[in-house]
Amino acid sequence: MPEAKASDNGGVQIDLISGQRMENLASMEKIRVILDGVRDGNIVILEEGLSPDEESKLIEVTMTEISPDEFNGIEIETYPRSQTNDASILDRIMGKEETAKLTVIGPANQIETLHKDETLISALVSRK
Amino acid sequence: MGLISGLKSSLQQVRESLFTEEEQKRIGIYGPPNAGKTTLANRIARDWTGDAVGPESHVPHETRRARRKENVEIERNGSSVNIDIVDTPGVTTKVDYEEFLDYEEFDQDEAVRRSREATEGVAEAMHWLREDVDGVIYVLDSTTDPFTQVNTMLIGIIESRDLPVLIFANKIDLDDASIKRIEDAFPQHETVPLSALEGENMDEVYDKIAEYFG
Repeated sequence: MPEAKASDNGGVQIDLISGQRMENLASMEKIRVILDGVRDGNIVILEEGLSPDEESKLIEVTMTEISPDEFNGIEIETYPRSQTNDASILDRIMGKEETAKLTVIGPANQIETLHKDETLISALVSRK
Repeated sequence: MGLISGLKSSLQQVRESLFTEEEQKRIGIYGPPNAGKTTLANRIARDWTGDAVGPESHVPHETRRARRKENVEIERNGSSVNIDIVDTPGVTTKVDYEEFLDYEEFDQDEAVRRSREATEGVAEAMHWLREDVDGVIYVLDSTTDPFTQVNTMLIGIIESRDLPVLIFANKIDLDDASIKRIEDAFPQHETVPLSALEGENMDEVYDKIAEYFG
């Protein structure tokens, strides 16, 4: 996994997490990896994103961890799912729904999305 | 023993199936904060039951608990559709108590309390979506950009659960409303324009509710 390691000199750590590293984790383990990183002030980039159900749980767990003056929640961006590339009914029945989509997650008070379209996410990251 | 327990189990199954058939369909009203979800829930409830669901406000996160209004019977074309409407807190990925301090009616303690309740409310809304709703009305403010991550994620979550969904483009009474922007954002779903506050286009709203959730 390519990983930009943290610094003690006020820099911003960016963790680029491969799909391979996440694929064997249970949903809650994935959410823990993300939130532990983000709560440390890191920017987490997932090569393959989360399933809709995991996204729903991520929102729910994030909410339970918000605390005044400590953690305000997350900013999350993914490329929009292609409208023309929806999984076929057969794929859905077989549980092969396509979820691979680059996902950027960071602390809400440090990351600001400047621009987003179908092929580009541009974010401004500030130090803690 | 085997016969009696078998009979009991059959009776239980019959009872459960009768119950299931009589169960109201629960329609969740979802969307980002300040889209007008409670105004819509109140409009529907007042039109068909005479009661309101909850207080409306310009302050985001006024609804911090999911509220259910049972037995809303909507009459269309000689037949009627009976649903429960569930007004849910606006979904977001972040809540900063300092944003409540922008409203002069709140001091620090009240802002912290509201933000804590708001986070609990969002978690509750997500739980309802995963476990307890049979259909979704997704409300968007047609004066704001619908291409947000929360909207994209929530529509994705709703689609993954195969729930019937209607998109409501609310606040069309305002000058800068754009229904087309919402239609373009979610072309795979039907968009119904309305003003819940002014009661504009409510006939089509009720036609579509009956068609989708009846």
